Amino acid sequence: MFTSRRGRIAAGVFAAGAVLTLAACSSGDPLAADESESSGSETIAIGAAGFAESEIIAEIYAQALEANDISVDFKGQIGQRDVYIEALNDGSIDLIPDYSGNLLQFFDDSSDAKSSDEVFAALQDAVPDGLEVLDQSKAEDKDSYNVTKEFSETNGVTSLADLAGIDVPLIVGGNPELAERPYGPKGLTEVYGVDAARITFVPVSDSGGPLTTGALLDGTVNIADIFSTTPSIEENGFVTLEDPENLILPQNVLPLINSDKVTDKVKEVLNSISAELTTEDLIELNARNQGDEKAEPAALAEDWLAEKDLF
Amino acid sequence: MNLFADAIGWILDPSHWTGPDGIPNRILEHLGYTTITVLIATAIAVTLGLYIGHTGRLRGLVVGVTGALRALPTLGLLVYLAVLFGLGIRFALLPTIIVLVVLAIPPLLAGAYSGVQSVDGRTVDAARSMGMTEWQILWKVEVPLALPLIIGGIRSAVLQVVATATVAAYISLGGLGRYIIDALPVRDYTKVLVGALLVTILALVLDGILIFCQRLTIPAGVRAIQISSRERSTSRSTPAVSSAA
Amino acid sequence: MTWVLANLEQIWELTVAHILLSIAPILLGFVLAVPIGWFAHRFRVSRGVVLTVCGLLYTIPSLALIVAMPTILGTKILDPLNLIVTLTLYAIALMVRTATDAFDAVSKDVIQSSTAVGFGAWRRFWQVELPLAGPVLLAGLRVVSTSTVSLVTLGALVGMSGLGYLFTNGYQRNFPTEILTGIVGTVLIAVVFDVLLVLIGRMLLPWARVDEAARRGAGSARVKAVAA
Repeated sequence: MFTSRRGRIAAGVFAAGAVLTLAACSSGDPLAADESESSGSETIAIGAAGFAESEIIAEIYAQALEANDISVDFKGQIGQRDVYIEALNDGSIDLIPDYSGNLLQFFDDSSDAKSSDEVFAALQDAVPDGLEVLDQSKAEDKDSYNVTKEFSETNGVTSLADLAGIDVPLIVGGNPELAERPYGPKGLTEVYGVDAARITFVPVSDSGGPLTTGALLDGTVNIADIFSTTPSIEENGFVTLEDPENLILPQNVLPLINSDKVTDKVKEVLNSISAELTTEDLIELNARNQGDEKAEPAALAEDWLAEKDLF
Repeated sequence: MNLFADAIGWILDPSHWTGPDGIPNRILEHLGYTTITVLIATAIAVTLGLYIGHTGRLRGLVVGVTGALRALPTLGLLVYLAVLFGLGIRFALLPTIIVLVVLAIPPLLAGAYSGVQSVDGRTVDAARSMGMTEWQILWKVEVPLALPLIIGGIRSAVLQVVATATVAAYISLGGLGRYIIDALPVRDYTKVLVGALLVTILALVLDGILIFCQRLTIPAGVRAIQISSRERSTSRSTPAVSSAA
Repeated sequence: MTWVLANLEQIWELTVAHILLSIAPILLGFVLAVPIGWFAHRFRVSRGVVLTVCGLLYTIPSLALIVAMPTILGTKILDPLNLIVTLTLYAIALMVRTATDAFDAVSKDVIQSSTAVGFGAWRRFWQVELPLAGPVLLAGLRVVSTSTVSLVTLGALVGMSGLGYLFTNGYQRNFPTEILTGIVGTVLIAVVFDVLLVLIGRMLLPWARVDEAARRGAGSARVKAVAA
């Protein structure tokens, strides 16, 4: 737990270093400071997407690697996929937990893979040189469209396929980037034939968290994109709309890693985590993080590793 | 430079000028937040500033309040209020306006206070000896003479609020911040730049209007004197903006 | 409160990171702004240009500037330098105006006297102008320090660690305590920095305390820096 936080401090120390560097050369060549950041080839810099679940899984990776004497630089939450893929490309981070289907669509939006295994196979081909994915876990967490029970009953909607047939304006709430994603409002139109003019998109920057839930409950939106492992779906009796056309692909959790950093040891450690991680685990971890306990990712990761008797 | 060309192209594209996410609507929303904020903040801060400046009481409050308010992180206060009120995103306007008002108060307060302070004591004494009541002194002597500095404060406040109102988008409101917050997760830097450019242009236009007002409000007699010491008056009436976000 | 106690270690680490990210822009901003302010004060032509550019800089939303930095500097997107350079620019924008005012406020008679007793421009700057402008410069630096500490929190939106992490994280899980902790922490850092600056000022500028007039000057300059 101590060392997995080192990244944060390292960022700070680096900041102090930057003062000295800038002060030393008064012209302030900002590129000069760049070299000091590459932290040796053995250290694996781990990032997380901009929401808690990703950070919890990243902590699990970090603590497991450290327990196996692999040095780790924990960078914490970075942002959404477009941002962290760039961070992987420019070497700011080496490893991040990701979700198979969305990652596949990011690299190849024309793929027609549907099942979990097809997606994983297609993903292995689609990942660009320099990056690779290791074994995928059974744990799945995907975007899901949810409505209140009341909305579902009033309009007779239980599936995304029902949306085209009802005469209600659809107000969709989700993270801002959903507007650009193939499984976002565009996908509802293209795949399920919902008239685009009937859809309004309300961006809520909490990754399907409590505010999105609140917006659905108070009627600010009537359809909300919430990650399927979010405890609030069950707590509030939301109806998750079925997705017969597989608009949203299977989303198994897997490590996306910089190929240079893959050693047998690293592979073994991460694969053993993927072998154990389940969807139920994710729901439980999220519940402890978001519920009354407000447990922090580092502590949750520690507990999970202990529970699974790993390392 | 290419990015700039792209951004200009984006702005000029007619399809970006219609609908709820169109430029006119986003500018109107942005202007709306700014106007509500500045009106409320002016009512609070200028009243207080005039009172403190006129009576000389609570002078320590100006420095204390402005320093303390400036230290409050805008983003933190915004999400804190948004979560605390437990209103979800339905009434996101309330926390947003509160946060922006907090931001606008220091420059407005200091502008009004230092404006009244800058009035020559002898002028006030002269007014008093002519038999003016305190109200009359305030409204007929101090406020007119302080007006350029008061508007200077408004200029600072407007610049800050326009630049900072972008954070409203983080809690699901509209405004020009929408372009920045929406484009951030997908790394659409053209759109980020579009947002930044529009905010900057809006700020400059508003500032231009206020500079014009500021010139108009200098009493004729004072203007004649000020021409001789123009250097000082410009250095004092131009705004030093503080924490934008 | 229990959450705070249970997570003291993480909060402390975020605080340290926050402090380290704040120091560079404050110091760099000051060191760079003073000479710029002096030039603006000394040369009428540069004055308008410099002050306009600084005003303009301040209208750019900081978030946009931070994300544009990798393109401008060629840095990596998680490089703390992106945040540091952005905040340094804002610090300069804020400080230059105060610095210009500070040098303007130094009495012309004093300058002429020092020239008369044989001070060259270089020595005059260091031994006459800078010390006399000191109290006002300090007032400006205090404003810069406070606003920089507050702006560092924005780093959380672009993956830069600091107390701002508690804002975005607390927002995502609807947890006011966590957000409030971040706010209090940020304000505390700002207050500590401010007290330190005042103490440093007392050490370096003892005459500001002795000389009543200078003290009053500093007071009004602070108000000026705040708004006018």
